[in-house]
Amino acid sequence: MHQLTQFFDSLFLAELFKGLSVTGKYLFKKKITVQYPEEKTPQSFRFRGLHAQRRYANGEERCIACKLCEAICPALAISIESEQREDGTRRTKSYDIDLTKCIFCGFCEESCPVDSIVETRIFEYYGEERGDLLMTKEKLLAVGDKYEAQIAADRAQDAPYR
Amino acid sequence: MSEIQNYTLNFGPQHPAAHGVLRLVLELDGEVIQRADPHVGLLHRGTEKLAESRIYNQSVGYMDRLDYVSMMCNEHAYCMTIEKLLDIEVPERAQYIRVMFDEITRILNHLMWLGTHALDVGAMTMFLYCFREREDLMDTYEAVSGARMHASYYRPGGVYRDLPDSMPQYEASQWHNQKEVDEMNKNRQGSLLDFLKDFTERFEAYVDEYEILLTNNRIWKQRTVDIGCLTEEQAKDLSMTGPMLRASGVAWDLRKMEPYEVYDKLDFDIPVGTNGDCYDRYVVRVEEMRQSNRIISQCIDWLQNNPGPVMNEDHKLTMPERIDMKQDMEGLIHHFKHFTEGYMVPEGEAYCAVEHPKGEFGTYIVSDGANKPYRLKIRAPGFAHLSAMDFLVKGHMLADVVTVIGTLDIVFGEIDR
Repeated sequence: MHQLTQFFDSLFLAELFKGLSVTGKYLFKKKITVQYPEEKTPQSFRFRGLHAQRRYANGEERCIACKLCEAICPALAISIESEQREDGTRRTKSYDIDLTKCIFCGFCEESCPVDSIVETRIFEYYGEERGDLLMTKEKLLAVGDKYEAQIAADRAQDAPYR
Repeated sequence: MSEIQNYTLNFGPQHPAAHGVLRLVLELDGEVIQRADPHVGLLHRGTEKLAESRIYNQSVGYMDRLDYVSMMCNEHAYCMTIEKLLDIEVPERAQYIRVMFDEITRILNHLMWLGTHALDVGAMTMFLYCFREREDLMDTYEAVSGARMHASYYRPGGVYRDLPDSMPQYEASQWHNQKEVDEMNKNRQGSLLDFLKDFTERFEAYVDEYEILLTNNRIWKQRTVDIGCLTEEQAKDLSMTGPMLRASGVAWDLRKMEPYEVYDKLDFDIPVGTNGDCYDRYVVRVEEMRQSNRIISQCIDWLQNNPGPVMNEDHKLTMPERIDMKQDMEGLIHHFKHFTEGYMVPEGEAYCAVEHPKGEFGTYIVSDGANKPYRLKIRAPGFAHLSAMDFLVKGHMLADVVTVIGTLDIVFGEIDR
C-alpha cells in the first residue's frame, strides 16, 4: 500500500504541488515588507547608531575630558585632547571619532560618567569625501543639539536597566 | 599523442556560492572532482593577536565578528572562559538569558544556513521565508542590546542589561494607515518576552512550511541525498562537531554531554541522522530549530517568573550600576577602574567550549596574571569542517561542491579569524 501511494505521489508530482500551495498561500497574504525611505521598521530605544555629544540644559557641554571612552574604545577610534579653561574647568580641546574605525560596540556610552558621548538612533549617514566620516567635536555637538529630545527620552527609558 | 591533463578550476573567492571568501582550487576530470584544495586566510583580521593588546572586556565586541551569523554564541564561549579563570558565579537569571539568546542565535544561524543553502541548490523562495523569521529575532537582538547583529551583550559575570519591558512599535505612514499599523503592532504590546513568546508559538508552523517546501521535494532530494557522505568513524576522524557529526549518527552535543549554564534544567532532545549525507544534515538542522524553539519557550517561562540581578555583584570585576557610579564614591572608583585598567585575571589557563550552531566553538585563554590575555586561541568548528572539503567532494560532480560548501555551514569570519 505504501509503495502504491508513493508511486502515485511521485507520478502526480504531489510534493511539488504541496510546495506550490505554500507559495500560493503567500501570494494572497498581506505583505510584511516596509516601504523603506517613507516608513521604517521599529527601532529600539537602545539602538546604537551615529555618535553625538550632549550638552546640559544651560548650554554647557557635558564632556569633562576624563578620557574613559578613549581608554575603553577597542578600535582606538576616539582621540581626545584636553585643556583647562579660564574658569578652571577641564574640557576637551578636540574630540574626534573616526567612524571608519568605530565598531559601534557602545562601550564609549557605557563608560561615560556624565552621559556626554551617546550613540543615537541615526543609522543613515554618509560621507562624500575624505574626512566626512571623521567626527569632530563640533559635528558631534551639532548632532547632539539636533536630536537632544530623542536622545534624552531614550536615556530616560533605558535608565532603570543600567 | 599528448598526455591529457586534468582541468584545474579556480572556484571563488568572489563566487556567490562560496559563502564569503572561500577560494577553492578544484582539479577536475571532466565534471568529476579529483581534488579540492581550499585556500583560506582572505578574511584574516588577527583577532587572536588583537586580543593580546586589549583588556579582557574590550575583546567582547570582536568575538561577535568571528562567526558573524551566530554572534552571541561566540561571546558566550569567550565570557565563560574568563569566568572560569576568575572563578566567579553568574546569576541564574543571566544564565537563562544567555541560554535563551544562544538558542535564538541557533535559530538565526540555521535560518541563514537554510535560506542560503537552498538558494545555492536552486530553491529561491526559501531565502525569503527564512529572512522573514530572522527579522523578528533580529528585533529581539536589537531590543536587548541595541544592535541587530554585533550585540556585545554578554559580559564576563553576566549580561550587560536586563531584558526590556517594552518593544518598539511601527508607526503609521503613507503606506500603512493606523489600523494596519495596529495590526502589525499586535505582538509588540508587551515586553520582549511576550514578543518572543508569540514568536515561539508561530515558529513551529513556519518550520512546517519549510519542510513542505523542501523535505520531500524531488529536486532537493536529488541534489542532497548521498552527497558528501560521512560515516560515524569518518566524521570522528575528521574532528567534526555539531550537526555535521550528529547527522552521521553520533549523539554528541555539549549541551547534554557537558552541560553549561542551565542546560541541565531544560528539556530538549538531540536529533541524530543515519546516513551522514547532505540531506541528513538538513533534517538534523531543521529539527534543531524545533528543539531550540522548545528551549526558548522554557526559558521565557522561567524568566517571566524570576526577576533578579543579571550581573555578578563583585564590582572589582564587573561594572557597577549607573546609579552607584553617580552617587557613590566607591562605585565611581570601580567604574573608572573597570574602564581603564579592567581586572586582573589570575595566572593560569582555561578552555571553555559551547555548543555553537556550527559545532564546538571554544576559546582557550592563557593568562599571566595581567589585565590582558597572554594568549587567546579560538577553536572554530568551521575550520575543522572545511579541512574535510577534499575528502567530502572527491568523486562528486562540480555542482555538488556547492551543495557540500553549503552543508558545511562555513562562515569565514571564524575560519580566518
